Amino acid sequence: MLTLALILFPALAACLLLFTNGSMSRQLAFGAALVETALVVFIFNKFLPTPASQFGFDYPWIPSLGIRLSAGIDGISLLLTLLTGILVPLIVLSTFNRNYERPGTFYALMLFMQSALMGVFTARDGFLFYFFFEAALIPIYFLAAMWGGANRIPVTFKFFIYTIFGSLFMLLTLVYLYYQTPATATSLHSSAIVDFYKLNLSASAQGWVFWGLFIAFAIKMPVFPFHTWQPDTYVESPTPATMLLAGIMLKMGIYGLIRLLLPVTPLGIETWGQTAVILSVIGIVYGSIIAIRQRDMKRLIAYSSFSHVGLMAAGVFSQTETGLQGALIQMLAHGINVVGLFFVADVIYSRTDTRQLDQLGGITRTTPKLTVYFMIMMLGSVALPLTNGFIGEFLLLHGVYTYNHYIGLAAGFTIIFGAVYLLRMFQKAMFGPTNARTESFADLTMSESWVFVPLVVLVFWMGIYPTTFMKMTEPAVANLMKFVGNTAISMK
Amino acid sequence: MLPIVLLSVSAVALLFLGFMKSRSVLLPATLLFLAVALVVNFLDWNKTYLYFNGMLRTDNLAMIFTAITLVSSFLVVALSGSFAEEEAAQPAEYYAIILFSLVGAVMMIGYENLIMLFVGVEILSVAMYVLTGSDKRNLRSNEAALKYFLMGAFATGIMLFGMALLYGATGSFTLAGIASYASHAQQGLSLIFYVGLLMLLIGLLFKVSAAPFHFWTPDVYDGAPTIFTAYMSTVVKTAGFAALLHLLAVSFTGVYTFWSIILAVITAITLIAGNVTAVYQDSFKRMMAYSSISHAGYLLIGLAALSVQSRQAIVFYSLAYSVATISAFGVLLLVARQRSMQTLSSNPTSGESFDAFNGLAKQNPLLGLAMATSMLSLAGIPLTAGFWGKFYMFSTAVAQGQIWLLVVAVLMSAVGIYYYFRVIIAMYFRDGATEPIRVSPVFQYVLVAAIILTIGLGVAPGLLQGLF
Repeated sequence: MLTLALILFPALAACLLLFTNGSMSRQLAFGAALVETALVVFIFNKFLPTPASQFGFDYPWIPSLGIRLSAGIDGISLLLTLLTGILVPLIVLSTFNRNYERPGTFYALMLFMQSALMGVFTARDGFLFYFFFEAALIPIYFLAAMWGGANRIPVTFKFFIYTIFGSLFMLLTLVYLYYQTPATATSLHSSAIVDFYKLNLSASAQGWVFWGLFIAFAIKMPVFPFHTWQPDTYVESPTPATMLLAGIMLKMGIYGLIRLLLPVTPLGIETWGQTAVILSVIGIVYGSIIAIRQRDMKRLIAYSSFSHVGLMAAGVFSQTETGLQGALIQMLAHGINVVGLFFVADVIYSRTDTRQLDQLGGITRTTPKLTVYFMIMMLGSVALPLTNGFIGEFLLLHGVYTYNHYIGLAAGFTIIFGAVYLLRMFQKAMFGPTNARTESFADLTMSESWVFVPLVVLVFWMGIYPTTFMKMTEPAVANLMKFVGNTAISMK
Repeated sequence: MLPIVLLSVSAVALLFLGFMKSRSVLLPATLLFLAVALVVNFLDWNKTYLYFNGMLRTDNLAMIFTAITLVSSFLVVALSGSFAEEEAAQPAEYYAIILFSLVGAVMMIGYENLIMLFVGVEILSVAMYVLTGSDKRNLRSNEAALKYFLMGAFATGIMLFGMALLYGATGSFTLAGIASYASHAQQGLSLIFYVGLLMLLIGLLFKVSAAPFHFWTPDVYDGAPTIFTAYMSTVVKTAGFAALLHLLAVSFTGVYTFWSIILAVITAITLIAGNVTAVYQDSFKRMMAYSSISHAGYLLIGLAALSVQSRQAIVFYSLAYSVATISAFGVLLLVARQRSMQTLSSNPTSGESFDAFNGLAKQNPLLGLAMATSMLSLAGIPLTAGFWGKFYMFSTAVAQGQIWLLVVAVLMSAVGIYYYFRVIIAMYFRDGATEPIRVSPVFQYVLVAAIILTIGLGVAPGLLQGLF
C-alpha cells in the first residue's frame, strides 16, 4: 500500500498545485516533495533486504486480459525510488530564486513527472511499466517546451518523437511477450513481469525481443548512436527539467535494461549483447571526446552524462553481479552528481548570463561556498575514491573487465577523459583572471546552499560507506542473476 | 430495433417542430430524442432478438455499436447550437436528417441480410450527401457534395454488384446462408463467390475511406460544414466498421486466408497514405481528414487479424476515436469562426489552418486542454483512451502473428505524432495576439465530458469491458 501512496501522492498534490499561483506554488510543491521524501526514507528504513517485492499493491486493471495494477518495491526499485524521492525536492528547492511564468503549472508538471517515475520504478506488470514509462514523457515535454530556451520547440519535438518511436517498439515487444505467457487461473495470458521471466523463448525470438526492448531503452538513456536528441534537449530545457531528465529520467532506460531486457532475453544477449556493449563503449569514448571540446557548461555536462551512461549500460550487459551492482549504485551516484553539476551551471548562469567557459573565470575569489560544493560534485563525477562515483565506476569496470578485458580497458577511458573535461571546466570557470561578468559574483544564497548540502552528504556517505545502499540491492540482484543464469543454462 | 422506430418517429416529429417560429426548441428536442433512443437501446440488454423474418438482429455487440453512434451524434448535435442560429440554415431539416441517417447506421450495425445492409448503407449515405452540401452558398460545399454523391453512387453500384454475385454463388442473401456455403463448399468455391466478396468489401471500404478508395475523403471532409464533418468522420466510420466486422466474422470466416491477406495489404496502404499525406497539410481540417483515413487503417488491423478480441478492439477504438475527433472538431468550429471574423481575411479557410490555433491555450485553457487531450488520444499516448485503442488493435495483430503489419503501424504511429503535435505546439508554445474565444455553456459541458471520457477510459480501460 505504501507503494500506492508513493505513486499517487505527487499526482494528487500536482492536481492541487494547478490552482495555485505565485510563491505559494513553489512552497507547496516543496512541501509535497518533502512529504514524498519522508515516505521514501520511511520505506528505506522498513525495507528488509530480501529479494521479495514489498509494500506492494495488486488490483485488477483490465480483467478480461489479465492485466493488473500491480506494483511493489524490491531492492532494485528501492534505490531508484530513493533517488527520485531525494532529488525532486532538491530540484524544486533549486528554483527558489527563479521566477517561472505560471508557477502553478510548472510545479504541477514536476510532481506529475515524479508520480510517473515512481510508477515506472515500482511497476510489476509489463503494461503498467509501459504506461508510466510513456506517461513520464508528457510532463517533461511540456516543461521543456514551455519554459525552455529560444530553440526549444523543434528540439523538444525531436526528443518527443524520438523517444515515443522507441517506446512503440517496446509496446509491440511487450504485447508479443504477453501472448507467449501461459494461461492463468482467471485469464488466457498474464502480463506480470515475473511471468515474462519464466518464458522459454527460442533464440531467434529472443533476438527480436532484445532489439525491440533495446531500442526503446537505448534511446531513453541514450546509448550511441541513439543519442542525437540529448545534448540539444538538455541545453534548451529549463535547468530543473534538465535535472529531471539527466538525474532521474534517463535511469528509466537503465532500469528497463535491468528489469526487463536482462532477465527476459538471456539468449538474445548472448547473440547481441556484445554489439550492445560495443555501442555503449563507443558512447563512452565518443561522448568524452566531444565533452572535452565543449565550451557551454550545460552541453559539457550533457555529454559527460552521455558518456557515463554508456558505462552503466556496458555494466548491465556484462551480465555479472558486480556489473549490475555497479550500475545500480552508479545510477544513484550519477543522479546526485549530475543534478549538482547542472545546478552549479544554473547558479553561474543566473549571475553572469552566460554558460560559455571562455567568458567566465576567477569565480573562486568571491565564492568560497560555491567553490567547495562545485569541487565536491566534480570530484564525485570524476570518481575520486571516497566519493560516490568511485564505488560505482569501480564495480562497473570490474564487471566489464570480467566480461572482456579489451572492452574493459576501453571503458576505463571514462575515468581519464572524465577527469580531463571536468577539471578543465572547473579550472576555466572558477580560476584564472576575473572579467566584467564575474568580478562581483555573489556567493550562494541560503536556499541554494541547502540544495547542495544533502547532495554533498550523499556523495560522501555513498563514497565512504556504500554498504548502506548495496546491502539493499544485493538479494534482488542475486535473484535476478539467477533468472539470467538459469534460463541461459536450461536452454543450452 | 427499438431505436430504429424511435428515431424514425422523432425525426418526423422534428420536421413538424420546424414549422414553429422559434428555432430554439429544436436543439433540446433533438438531444432529448437521442437520449431517449440511447436509453431505449439498452432495454434489450443481454437478450438477442431477430426482426423482420430474421433480417435484423439485436444483441449486446450491436447495442454497444448503436450506443457509440448515438453518443457521437449526441455530442455532435450538442455542439451544433450556433450553427443552427445562422440565417440561411434550416436546423429542423438538418437534425431530422441526422436522425434519419442514424436509422441507416443502426441497420448497418444490426443487419442479418445483405439487403438490409444495402438499405442501411444507402439511408446513411444519401443523408450524408445532403448534409455535405448543406452550406448552399459555399462553392466548396457544393463541389464536395457532388463529388461525394458521384463517388458514393459508384461505390454503391460496386457493392450491389458484389451482393448480386454472392447471391448467384450461394443462393442466399442471409449472412448465415452465405456462411454455410463458404464453410461447406471449401473445396470448390466458385470464382463468382470470391469476386462477389471482393466487390462487396470494396463498397464498404469506400464508405470507411480505406485506401486506395479514400481519394474522396479529404475534399469532402474539407468542403462539408465542420459540424457535419465531425458527424461523418465518426458515425459513418463506426457504422461501417461494425458492418464489416459483422460481415467478415459471421459469413466469411471460412475463407479467412483469402481475404485476410488482401485486407492486411489494404491496411498497410491506408496507414501509410493517411499518415504520410497528413504530414503535408497546412489546414487543420484537411489534416483531420487524412487522420481519419489513418484511423480507418488502425481499425482495419482488427479486421485483417480477425479473432475473438477483434470485437472488443474495434468497439473500444471506435469510441476512443469518436470522442477525440468530435472534441477536436468542436474546438475547430469555435476557432475557425472566431479567427475568420477577427482577420476578415478574404480567404475563408484561414481560420482552419494550424496558425489559427497559435496561443489558444493561454487565452482559453479549456479549449487548449480539450484539443490537447484529443490530439494525445488520437496519437495514442498513454493516459488517454486512444492508447488502449491502439493497444487492443496491436494485441489482435500479435495474436494472429501479423508482425509486419504491426511494424508498419508502429512506424506510422510515430509519423502521426508529428502532425498531431503541430496543433499542441501551436496552442501552447506559440504566441497569437488574439482575444479569448467565447465558449457557450453547452460547448463547455461537451468538451469537459469528452476530456473526462478520454482520460477516464485512458486510466481505467476496464470500465467499458465490463459490458461484454
